[in-house]
Amino acid sequence: MSEIANLKAGLIADIAAADTLEALEALRVGAMGKNGVVTGLLKTLGPMSPEDRLEKGPPIQDLRESVAAALATRKAALEQAALDAQLAAEKIDMTLPADPGPQGSVHPVSQVMDELAEIFADLGFSVATGPEIEDQWHNFTALNMPETHPARAMHDTFYLSAEDGAEPKVLRTHTSPVQIRTMMNQEPPIRIIAPGRVYRSDSDATHTPMFHQIEGLVIDKGITLGHLKWTLETFLKAFFERDDIVLRLRPSYFPFTEPSVEVDVGYMLTNGQRVIGGDGDAPGGGWLEVLGSGMVNRRVIEACGLDPDEWQGFAFGTGVDRLAMLKYGMNDLRAFFDGDLRWLRHYGFSALDVPTLSGGVGA
Amino acid sequence: MKFTLSWLKTHLNTDADLSTILKGLTNIGLEVEGVESPAEKLGAFRIARVLTADPHPQADKLQVLTVDAGDGPLQVVCGAPNARAGLIGVFGAEGAVVPVNGMVLKKTAIRGVESNGMMCSFRELELGEDHDGIIDLDPQAPVGQVYAQWAGLDDPVIDVSITPNRQDCMGVRGIARDLAAAGLGTLNAIIVPEINGAGPGPDVRVDDADGCPAFFARTVKGVTNGQSPEWMARRLKAIGQKPISTLVDITNYLMIDLGRPLHVYDLDVLKGPLVARKGRAGEEVLALNGKTYTVDDTMTVIADDAAVHDIGGIMGGEHSGAQDSTTGVLIECAYFTPERIAMTGQKLALTSDARGRFERGVDPAFLDDGLSIATDLVVKLCGGTPSEATRAGEPPVAANTVRYDPSQCLSLAGVYVGDDEQKRILQSLGFGIEEHDATFDYQDGVPVTTPAYWTVSVPSWRRDVDGWPDLVEEVVRIVGLDQVPSTPLPRTPGVAKATATVEQLMERRVRRTAAARGLSEAINWSFISEKEAASIGGGDWALANPISEDLKVMRPSLLPGLLSASRRNVDRGASSVWLFELGRRYFADRERATASFVLAGEKLPRGWQTGKAQAFTAFDAKSEVVALLAAAGAPVGNLQSFGEASAAYHPGQSGTLRLGPKTVLAEFGVLHPSLAKQFGLTGTVVAGEIFLDAIPAKRRNGFMRAPYAPPALQAVKRDFAFVVDEALEADALVRAVRGADKKSIVDVRLFDVFAGPGVEESKKSLAIEVTLQPGDKSFSQEELDAISASIVKAAEKLGGVLRG
Repeated sequence: MSEIANLKAGLIADIAAADTLEALEALRVGAMGKNGVVTGLLKTLGPMSPEDRLEKGPPIQDLRESVAAALATRKAALEQAALDAQLAAEKIDMTLPADPGPQGSVHPVSQVMDELAEIFADLGFSVATGPEIEDQWHNFTALNMPETHPARAMHDTFYLSAEDGAEPKVLRTHTSPVQIRTMMNQEPPIRIIAPGRVYRSDSDATHTPMFHQIEGLVIDKGITLGHLKWTLETFLKAFFERDDIVLRLRPSYFPFTEPSVEVDVGYMLTNGQRVIGGDGDAPGGGWLEVLGSGMVNRRVIEACGLDPDEWQGFAFGTGVDRLAMLKYGMNDLRAFFDGDLRWLRHYGFSALDVPTLSGGVGA
Repeated sequence: MKFTLSWLKTHLNTDADLSTILKGLTNIGLEVEGVESPAEKLGAFRIARVLTADPHPQADKLQVLTVDAGDGPLQVVCGAPNARAGLIGVFGAEGAVVPVNGMVLKKTAIRGVESNGMMCSFRELELGEDHDGIIDLDPQAPVGQVYAQWAGLDDPVIDVSITPNRQDCMGVRGIARDLAAAGLGTLNAIIVPEINGAGPGPDVRVDDADGCPAFFARTVKGVTNGQSPEWMARRLKAIGQKPISTLVDITNYLMIDLGRPLHVYDLDVLKGPLVARKGRAGEEVLALNGKTYTVDDTMTVIADDAAVHDIGGIMGGEHSGAQDSTTGVLIECAYFTPERIAMTGQKLALTSDARGRFERGVDPAFLDDGLSIATDLVVKLCGGTPSEATRAGEPPVAANTVRYDPSQCLSLAGVYVGDDEQKRILQSLGFGIEEHDATFDYQDGVPVTTPAYWTVSVPSWRRDVDGWPDLVEEVVRIVGLDQVPSTPLPRTPGVAKATATVEQLMERRVRRTAAARGLSEAINWSFISEKEAASIGGGDWALANPISEDLKVMRPSLLPGLLSASRRNVDRGASSVWLFELGRRYFADRERATASFVLAGEKLPRGWQTGKAQAFTAFDAKSEVVALLAAAGAPVGNLQSFGEASAAYHPGQSGTLRLGPKTVLAEFGVLHPSLAKQFGLTGTVVAGEIFLDAIPAKRRNGFMRAPYAPPALQAVKRDFAFVVDEALEADALVRAVRGADKKSIVDVRLFDVFAGPGVEESKKSLAIEVTLQPGDKSFSQEELDAISASIVKAAEKLGGVLRG
């Protein structure tokens, strides 16, 4: 074996055996440094005759390349080992808990109001609002409930203190005054819904002094009870997202509509829960009252300055809290107004549960 | 309104079964609220004979009976004093459920003697209050038969809800009439007996024709009061009316049967003429319910020379009512004005069955007949001789007609009902119909066509009907609303348009942003207590009739509701409360849409990373306020920070954000400790309110955004530290620096506040990072120096000194 071959074998063996980056660096300097053995051999090539160089050059070049490659390989291996060791030393307990951040929620009443707005937008109804502290004309008189009307006494009205002689204002007992305000301020045809807080001086397991209603009003030409029926069926099917919704319409009485219709929806008792859907007269079924409605009384249309021979329409009202309970299964109305974080997180909705027609209105 | 099936059948001749009748009632607008058959729970109780009765060997008060309920003798231990051999009573065998307490009867041993069931008292079967002994029946009662059957208790009690417009259905007859119209039988003719009065009618008169336009009366002398006949007592009992005496029961019975309230006075008590007049201030009546009422001159009373005997149309007086000893009566059949009755009833807070009928308006044409029927019943059941009738005043019977075109049924209700069917329905409800053919004539030489129409006369008992839509309603409810075809609303072509208002969109964004940031939405009462209102400066509106003192003042702030809710959560063990509400605040001139939040308890619980639990700070409130304002679309970058938050907040750790100096968009900060304490909250509570109605609506000019291209050159950042007076607000320095070179300075961010070693007493050092954006070429050193100089100069104007 030539001298150079021996040198190469020795250097490569040394490099492979180097166990630290420092030792490797010392070997590199010893071989490839300014005064290294390989550098020394390379320097001998300069003064040689071309013939000699042709003969002796290649082994020396080969030596240089081989040693450089061995150094690089070994360096990479040692660096990887060092990094592995460092990472191994940095291990932490990943089962430790992370901060989940606070969990917020949207109240079911707000969620259901958004759902209703979405459904009725598709039917062409826009949203109207009105004051909650209302005058008696808008809350009663214009709705065909004169002062001595028995229905007025039945409304369990909250009156606000007034100066002597002034007619006291009331907390609106229903969202119907928004009908009046809309008809007085807007030219027909009209299609609106009016959601909001309403008040009755009533408090027990199923009544709270404040609750939420949504009112619907359509005023147009040629509107009949048949349109009302279709609208309510369509809306309830969309709201409960079930095709087996069965309605029972019952003649009733409201001063502001004629004919007046109360609407029950069929349910089935399933595991002790009332589940909306199906014929309420079927075995295991029953009916729940969900809506009051009717054809707007001609006197109401007249009171708003419209000609009842020209314009005709229907109105309906329903309890938002009640709809929420029926859809999502809460059974205590009072809990809606208690602000219990446990309840709000359980029955509330995520900020991103925005009702859409494409994604489904329910969440 | 309750009645029994057999009662209904005294007016309605029908083969329909119970379930058909119940369905029919609901379909025509007489909603069935309940139906109950007392026989159902009494099915296991049979008529039994006591064969033998012997003393109990171990107990003086007990007897050992052998009882035969049709299946041979059984041994029963019984404690009733009236138990005796030969008695016919009611026996509950093993397995029967005792109605009064739900106890299931079992074979048992009583003081060592076997007992196989129970002989029952009326109270145990919920048939009365009698518990002095066991039921002692007619000796002829058939042993072995189910008692309820024999006693006629298998008569279902139907409870229907009558809407306020249907006075006529406040009597069984009216309900029968409606059912007959709906095809569920035929209405029996009403029999009005002829009364041959002996002698002149009583001296009654009307002095208050507004309140009581008509007062009809007869006397019956020589009556014997007593127990009502079994049929009458049974029907009254079945619907929950306690039989009192024949004379009283007759009035109650006719009120339920015909919807006609009556009153019977003891003739011996009356002194002088009986007058319907206005009450006089201070007059008192002890009413039949045992309470004394003070009447006034807005009310109508029935009085004689000595006293007021009746709160007209609402409740009679205790002293002049018929007693067991009564031998002569005056029967009153009057018409009271509904509005007056309603007002008097409300004022006295007095409800009664009579009020319920008079305030809806009884049939004004039924006074004579009602009086005759009542007189006849009194004579038949109590004997005596009737007088002639006195008719004081005139009942307001007005012929009421409605012009009706049967095609209006289709145009309003959307359902076609043939003319003949409409006619049949209306006539069976008591309406009269006069048909008019279409006519053609000339008026002033102009040809005029009048289409055919009907003149419909309204029956006197249908005060509620006064226009053609009422007739449509009658037709449709009898035909059935299920016959109305579901008709789609016309739909505007194309995809549905957006309908939400600007305010609604703003509220939605604020709500969902708050929820996304970890706050839970509460809905609190709009009313708060006076004390709570006072703690935040008082409210403008108070309820005159609050449901409780806690819910009295319309809230001028959402904070009290949220603080109370926070307290409840803390009481339930919540360590951290993040609540918000969107709602209105109520002021004298307007209702203001507001978003409000409260953060209480721990911001972060103690943790392995963070150490001790961390409290909220004023800047947590500021952070929420700014985020929610941004969500609402407020120009957050242009808002100015001010102090002067309301007194609800810590005076030194609160602020407002304003658009210009006057328009306050939000206030926030640490809650004033004394307010927190008032609501029982400890530790630092922070809160904020955003006045949504003060936020200017964003004008939207289409969807196109302003053109944008990223700057070609990299921005340059430079740091400065200024020593300023301790009192200088950081925002002032930031604004001043931002204004130093509006063209180049695009952002100024404060990143350090320091006071202490190296900074003089009563001074602080504020460090800011300024971002400079070059235009089309890089800044030269001279330009950078000039900008720095102007920044230093701007700071100097505020007393700031560049820190070396």
